Amino acid sequence: MRFIALLIKRLAYAFGLILAVLTVNFVLIHAAPGDPALVIAGEMGGADAEVLEQIRKNYGLDRPVTEQYVTYMSKAVTGDLGKSYLLNQPVVDLILQRLGPTILLVLTALLTAILIGTLLGVYASQRPESVASGAITILSLIGYAMPVFWTGILLVILFGKVWPIMPIAGMSDPRIYGDFWTTSVDVAHHLVLPAFTLAIIYLAQYSRLSRASMLEVLSSDYIRTARAKGLAEHMVVYKHALRNALMPIVTIAGLQFGNLISGAVLVETVFSWPGLGTLALDSILGRDYPTLLGALTFSAILVIVANLLTDLTYRWIDPRLRTR
Amino acid sequence: MKKWSRRELIKAGAAGAATSIFGIPLHVLAQVARGGVVVIGTTQKPRHLNSAVQSGIATMMPAAQLFATPVRMDANWKAQPYLAERWEVSEDSRSVTLHLRKDAKFHDGKPVTAEDVKFSIETVRDNHPFKTMLAPVNAVTISDPHTAVVRLSEPHPALVLAMSTSFLPIIPKHIFDDGQEIKTHPRNANPVGSGPFKLVEFKPGEHIILERFDNFFVKGRPPLDRLIIKEYKDPASLLLALERGEIDIHSGITDPREIERAKKAPNVFVQSNSGPAIGPIIWLAFNTTHPQLSDKRVRQAINYAIDKDFILKTLLGGVHKRAVGPIVSASPFHNAKVEPYKHDLAKAGALLDAAGLKAKADGTRFGLTVDAIPGSSDMKVMQEYLKPALAKLGIEVTLRSSPDFPTWARRISSFEFDMTLDSVWNWGDPVIGVHRTWLSSNIRKGVIWSNTQNYSNPKVDELLAQAGQEMDMAKRKALYQEFQKIVVDDCPVAFVQEANFNVGFRTNVQNRPTSVWGLISPLDEMGIRKA
Repeated sequence: MRFIALLIKRLAYAFGLILAVLTVNFVLIHAAPGDPALVIAGEMGGADAEVLEQIRKNYGLDRPVTEQYVTYMSKAVTGDLGKSYLLNQPVVDLILQRLGPTILLVLTALLTAILIGTLLGVYASQRPESVASGAITILSLIGYAMPVFWTGILLVILFGKVWPIMPIAGMSDPRIYGDFWTTSVDVAHHLVLPAFTLAIIYLAQYSRLSRASMLEVLSSDYIRTARAKGLAEHMVVYKHALRNALMPIVTIAGLQFGNLISGAVLVETVFSWPGLGTLALDSILGRDYPTLLGALTFSAILVIVANLLTDLTYRWIDPRLRTR
Repeated sequence: MKKWSRRELIKAGAAGAATSIFGIPLHVLAQVARGGVVVIGTTQKPRHLNSAVQSGIATMMPAAQLFATPVRMDANWKAQPYLAERWEVSEDSRSVTLHLRKDAKFHDGKPVTAEDVKFSIETVRDNHPFKTMLAPVNAVTISDPHTAVVRLSEPHPALVLAMSTSFLPIIPKHIFDDGQEIKTHPRNANPVGSGPFKLVEFKPGEHIILERFDNFFVKGRPPLDRLIIKEYKDPASLLLALERGEIDIHSGITDPREIERAKKAPNVFVQSNSGPAIGPIIWLAFNTTHPQLSDKRVRQAINYAIDKDFILKTLLGGVHKRAVGPIVSASPFHNAKVEPYKHDLAKAGALLDAAGLKAKADGTRFGLTVDAIPGSSDMKVMQEYLKPALAKLGIEVTLRSSPDFPTWARRISSFEFDMTLDSVWNWGDPVIGVHRTWLSSNIRKGVIWSNTQNYSNPKVDELLAQAGQEMDMAKRKALYQEFQKIVVDDCPVAFVQEANFNVGFRTNVQNRPTSVWGLISPLDEMGIRKA
């Protein structure tokens, strides 16, 4: 019961937060210079004053900003985020098309980073003075220092030109149209480079974090006790130590979800990955207010959901929290 | 359908007159196998696919495949029958009768009729951003289900070109005439046409998948099973994709280094000057209301101080042609006799002296700002060149950048600029793409790509008004030749570059487009040989 009450309270906060995000974004976007009608006219190849007026009227841009805000918010609470100025399609449809690819990219990157990063960190923590540990530390630092777009471009050159075994753009090969499995394999093939690019920076962080965390846990009394009891080393490390060492990793994973989504904007651009990030970028460049607001709102929802899931994962990892 | 052998095709081509398809002699067309998929890679993002209400290559390229038009243009600027089997211009040039094919069908199986043609002409006239294309159309009357008569308020020599791909797509009345606003009609993203390909999927930001329309009215065409337009965010990845064979056509390579790289790549062919009718020109526009720039001698002085050959050959790798006037060299109306401004600093200095702008003790005369469309690498290079180049003349140039297109467009269309680099396209006929930037009646605040120079010359207005109605080709050419001479001399802009469309093809792509519209023409002859 206590858990459900907590969940309802958190969801109510989340709803208020989303409304606040919408309002702040609406104000910021409308305060930015630039006339969307001119962009639309530019995309059309130029337009006269009459056409410009018609564009403004069609999209409600001739109304006062306060009126635009009230109209927008009253529709937004019913799930209608308006029509894209540039693509002329319902924003919700556009976002739903792009949400899947972004979630797929971000989750694959996150899981890859956590899994490989943690394993490397655990390995390094067991032999902190070894050459391998030093190599992992150096590789982590390099991975952390490299800007994500630069890593992406290097991988494009490496796997696109030098050793052309990976697709370098898009989410699928439009020449391939077949059953579910054929399509899935094709998408997975296209996912490798963008997901690895996005994962690499976080992989470095998680390996450093898990190494430090494991070193601390491995020097605890209860680990010494476990070893004294004669438990096998892999049981000591993976069952007793790792579970406790995971707490900071889960905390950071939740906190960094927002960063991961912003990193996805760059990765999506380098690899032409059709996700929310590229949609947001195109919307910024095209002054497509409704789509931009929609993309930002859905990004905010993703971060809020990630934080909620982090809280739930805490409770799963640490039984003490379940009683609070 | 009869299968032609190469020998038969050559014989037929040599035999002459009637043996051509859309003006292309049969011996030029390679016989292509039926089947295959061609992928075109592009960085262009279409808003939607209905070119009746939207200009721009992004929409026009897929629209040319989805919609048939009354006529299509060949490689020699000649209109060829397409949906219209033939057409007649009345003696007073105030009406054009279109005789439509009787076997043309839309992708949903409904026949294409004169009602659809009337609806499409009225839709384009009332909604297309290029108002001048069909402005003189008073009415369209229907004589029978396959005959439409276009009635004009005045002779309109640009009409036939304005009916070509993809300015006048014949859109189905039974779908679009449902009372909804046409510019925001939901079917613009999912249209039905009568062109060689039908739409399978349009995913903005990803791809447009088109499939052969088996009931296309040109029997046996298109050979391809599918034509796919794939969107890329990054031009560098696009070229890499062409080299790897991930795509078969790169819709436009602009960077000189990339053009050189593509030319050297195995299995890649670069078609230069593709789609010459599009005709983009990059120029340096002067705000003629500026205190100093209102003097023709000052504008001419700046023009003489710019070394266009250095810009084009040294800075931009020599892949683009020099522009010398407002009509591109590929156009039948181009005046090749216009005297270009040669680089001559002494002459430039003398002109400024004569204009009363003598150099001060420190060598400077006055200052100007120069803008450029953001995102264009060519224009950025030119903008940076102007600072040291005009400093030699004593003009202190301040480079002003705009964070995005709307900011630049607002500054220029509000006349809040001194000089700007701009890219303006000819769009086939001068009435469509040229008049707008020179007519004094088109000085419109807030409208980009109008006469933002504030240029006004009654003689030019008169010449353009006459040329816009002159049906005799020779006389029309003469009028435009005189117009070009005057505009170059008045110098409201300094012409710099004719941007050349370089399209990259994999060598196994057969029957590359030869129309003056390049890739924005129907690709119904194109095939692909198995690699």
